Amino acid sequence: MKGEVKESLTIEGINGEVVIHQKESIVKRLLKTWQLYVFILPAVIYFIIFCYGPMYGVQLAFKDYNPVAGIMGSEWIGFDNFVRFFKSYQFKQLLENTLILSLYQLIAGFPIPIILAILLNQLRGSKFKKLVQTVTYAPHFISIVVLVGMLNIFLSPRGGVVNQIIQLFGQEPILFLGKEEYFRHIYVLSGVWQNMGWNAIIYLAALSGVSPELHEAAIMDGASKIKRILHVDLPAILPTVMIILVMNFGSVMSLGFEKAYLMQNSQNISSSEIIATYVYKMGLLNAQYGFSTAVGLFNSVINCTLLIIVNKVSKKISDIGLW
Amino acid sequence: MRALISSDFRRQSKGDKLFDIMNYIILSVILLVVLYPLIFIVVASVSEPDAVARGEVWLLPVGLNIDGYKEVLKNTDIWQGYANTIKYTVTGTLLNVCLTIPAAYALSRKELVGRNLLMGMITFTMFFGGGLIPTYLLVSGLHLNNTMWALIIPGAISVYNLIISRSYFVSNIPEELFEAGQMDGCSYFKFFFSVVLPLAKPILGVIVLMYAVGHWNSYFNALIYLRDRQLYPLQVILREILIQQEASMSMGGSAASVMEQQRIADMLKYGVIIVSTLPILCVYPFIQKYFVKGMMIGSVKG
Repeated sequence: MKGEVKESLTIEGINGEVVIHQKESIVKRLLKTWQLYVFILPAVIYFIIFCYGPMYGVQLAFKDYNPVAGIMGSEWIGFDNFVRFFKSYQFKQLLENTLILSLYQLIAGFPIPIILAILLNQLRGSKFKKLVQTVTYAPHFISIVVLVGMLNIFLSPRGGVVNQIIQLFGQEPILFLGKEEYFRHIYVLSGVWQNMGWNAIIYLAALSGVSPELHEAAIMDGASKIKRILHVDLPAILPTVMIILVMNFGSVMSLGFEKAYLMQNSQNISSSEIIATYVYKMGLLNAQYGFSTAVGLFNSVINCTLLIIVNKVSKKISDIGLW
Repeated sequence: MRALISSDFRRQSKGDKLFDIMNYIILSVILLVVLYPLIFIVVASVSEPDAVARGEVWLLPVGLNIDGYKEVLKNTDIWQGYANTIKYTVTGTLLNVCLTIPAAYALSRKELVGRNLLMGMITFTMFFGGGLIPTYLLVSGLHLNNTMWALIIPGAISVYNLIISRSYFVSNIPEELFEAGQMDGCSYFKFFFSVVLPLAKPILGVIVLMYAVGHWNSYFNALIYLRDRQLYPLQVILREILIQQEASMSMGGSAASVMEQQRIADMLKYGVIIVSTLPILCVYPFIQKYFVKGMMIGSVKG
């Protein structure tokens, strides 16, 4: 038994060189590692049913769904669902709302955590640093429902803090949540408030990996703090920054449904209706399964394409990519 | 290094001192901006509701009043929702962890035949999925609709948590330990339970928190899958109280009773935010020290 274990380990170690032995050893290795498959089997079953299962259901996008016939039995109608979506009067506005909102979120939300991490990193081990960290992480744990509830409270025209301040300056109170022109700002800024601390963690982790010798050497050379940030810290976290940026671009179209839906009302609908909320309404509220599957598929295909393109560009420019 | 930096602190250049001052100012502003809304909710929850509505409450409670909390206690919907949420969070998190940790460990072993294929298959689901409708039809087809399992099973594994757990095992379970175990004739099962799990406490802390917070805060699945009111989790009830309340308020009644309803609803809001959010805000600082560690592992090796 012990000898066999040794053998399989050496084969692993040398790999490539003992090709002939490896063929017969795959069966052996499978037998020897069967317990690992017990560990992973439930997870594999889960992924097949609940992740790949719905992908199988994506064929609905090309079908006229008939509840009696089921997914398989429904009639193929080619690209009719897509054509209907592209021709619908909402198409342009939905696409515009989704893209503007998520690009706005990306531009405003992406750099702030990086800056926060760099500033925090300058306060090594102080109590103040701990305090800022604990406080800025906290909103991340607040639910979207409570966050939107808080927005309702703070922005309320009767007694809300923001309108109190506006009234101090002698202005009329504003019904912020009922105005389409404010929707995007409120959405993005509240997102920054909620997530800047949490999103800074990953950069703090990267910064803690910067070799102290580099800073030491820079101090010896008389580099100021700002210079050390620009020439030591920033280059060190650049790979992390690029990866996060690529991932963010890859999810530009998959804006969260929940927050937009909760913030939505009949007065701000013209800027708050995004593809995700539209899919929900058309699909689950109006039971147009085929059509809204098509809209959802359109969304994910754009996402995937964007991710692949941005990843490629990033690899070309900085040699950093997700795969 | 530390000595060097602190001695450097005393004989800093003017520019560096200015930088430090600016740094403290900026971070203090950020601190206040994040903290103030949280403090305001706490203060408003114990203040006189009329004073809050008139905008007289800024930083300190005006006229101590805990009627809001009394309203919360009286509201059976909230307690039903609370009990449901605890049930879903505990069951769900247990299932999440039981599926994620063993799978992550198996994926961390080099000798797992087909490891790359499995990883590829799993990672792919991060970037592409069937979407809302096919998932909904699947869950309905399995007759999970209107049961707690509809909230728990479809999201049983988060790929992100699986990947950071796997990376943790790759970098924190020394290969020598495994070889020694093999020498002693330790099976994978035994090795997992007696060596891996005790070493996995930090990553367990992080993923338990992330999963639990996810369950605690989720409302969308409940919105689409649950029909029976007595199954509603806290967040769905919160949505009614915090967001939809304005709409239902105008449903008739005399002006005076509408005013009174409004007053009660306002009191309820602050109390219910505190009662629903406090458990998490109290727990997370204890696990906070693991966040950076967990993220670091995830980002380096993920």
